[in-house]
Amino acid sequence: MPRFNHAPIERSAFLLFLLTFIVISIGGLVEIVPLFKIESTVTPVKGVRPYTPLEQLGRNIYTREGCYVCHSQMVRPFRDEVDRYGHYSIAAESMYDHPFLWGSKRTGPDLARVGGKYSNAWHVAHLEDPRSVVPVSIMPSYAFLMDKDLVTEDIRDHLQALRGVGVPYTDEMIRNAAADIEAQATGESTDALLARYPKAKIGDFDGQPNRLTEMDALIAYLQVLGTMVDFTDIRLETPGK
Amino acid sequence: MASPERDPVTGYKTTGHEWDGIKELTTPIPHWWVSVFLATVGIAIVYLYLMPSFAGVKGFLPGALEWSSSKQLAEDQAVAAAAQAGWRKRILETPLAEIEADPDLRRFAVTGGRALFNENCAPCHGVGAGGQQGQFPALIDDDWLWGGKIEDIHQTISHGIRNEDDDSRQSTMPSFADILAPEQIDQVADYVRALSDPSQEATRTAMPGAKVFTDNCASCHGDHGQGGREFGAPTLNDAIWLYGGSKQAIISQVTHPRMGVMPTFAARLDEATIRMLATYVHTLGGGER
Repeated sequence: MPRFNHAPIERSAFLLFLLTFIVISIGGLVEIVPLFKIESTVTPVKGVRPYTPLEQLGRNIYTREGCYVCHSQMVRPFRDEVDRYGHYSIAAESMYDHPFLWGSKRTGPDLARVGGKYSNAWHVAHLEDPRSVVPVSIMPSYAFLMDKDLVTEDIRDHLQALRGVGVPYTDEMIRNAAADIEAQATGESTDALLARYPKAKIGDFDGQPNRLTEMDALIAYLQVLGTMVDFTDIRLETPGK
Repeated sequence: MASPERDPVTGYKTTGHEWDGIKELTTPIPHWWVSVFLATVGIAIVYLYLMPSFAGVKGFLPGALEWSSSKQLAEDQAVAAAAQAGWRKRILETPLAEIEADPDLRRFAVTGGRALFNENCAPCHGVGAGGQQGQFPALIDDDWLWGGKIEDIHQTISHGIRNEDDDSRQSTMPSFADILAPEQIDQVADYVRALSDPSQEATRTAMPGAKVFTDNCASCHGDHGQGGREFGAPTLNDAIWLYGGSKQAIISQVTHPRMGVMPTFAARLDEATIRMLATYVHTLGGGER
């Protein structure tokens, strides 16, 4: 058997470039081409909707404050996690997350299904002084959110930008964004809001009825986490077959 | 470039490169290394064939073994469910009030209930159910807002209080800021404080707040402040105060009532789990028969 000789390749710049290009192209194609069909791997489920404007602003605060550094949003399909947190997270639940906030480390508990687990009053008490309700907590206090008025002027731009990356916000949703924030935080004239965003949690979230603060938005976001999917409806068989 | 020459020590040829008198050899990669490298390529191909891998045209390619983490989970859950099946079946079939009468069943329910309580209830009610002053009621005493029988506790855990669940316990304390004059509120606060003070037992009926209380508060909180569980109206003639027992705290509650909200757990936990929790809470000390 003749020995393979790499000397000619190494001695010709053109041949070296050409063969390197071919090898990298194969690797690239194997990694990239399947991504064109990535949509086909997401099991469609009923109930997942875009975030309401108030929830989206709360999500921005969650991102700004770096909550994802200590809290994951990803219940993995292990028995201990499912026993503790509920049904494991499915891809469709974060299809409108840009960027997703799955996180990679749990200093605090997972929050993928925290919505509806605690009352609004608990969230306020906990965010103001975590150790007042969980004595062993090492979470910092976020009491200042109670005192910061929520900036809502740019909400249309936020929704517009999210539409640009594929979240199906309609013109109507974007036009009424400010009104929807008002309706969700006050509980008044919520019919249009609920028609656009079914099952949205309504009410004064931070216990200060006369003010719309960042605490309102953050709790509105926390209370919707993991509550959109109707798990009695979904079928999670392997979609490959 | 110097022409390749053979290295006298190793017997391999040099590349012909030379820096400062140091020459580079063309030593081939060891056979064992090449073999391991080719083996990993082979393993990767076998793995791709057996396990779920790429996105396909319709869904992802499931692999020949059709393994998935959700199937693995289902198997693990089935094993655990089988191990507890007998107990859970008995818990579901035994009437709530009789679970505690069976020592073995009681032990299973209370032990499991404690773990469930720490995950689901302790954030508000505290580890050990001591409650949080000014926020969330203690569950270890016999001062119940909505009833302390095990059936009442079961109902409260299942559907919660003042939430969006249609079966949740509902009631609203009105604000009396516009109904009563400030001096009346002041008087009734004094009277409410006197209700739990034994030294004022003889004199309190003559207090000016007594009539205000009878006209405005007694319909829910009872003639003697003994509370009204059908409305979740707290007992006012004991010295247990959820939102504080100072006069200022009582005036604040009369003018701007705070009302506790508890989430519904029927959607989050299954029936056997809720029954274990109810049994645990009922055995904490204040459970009523």
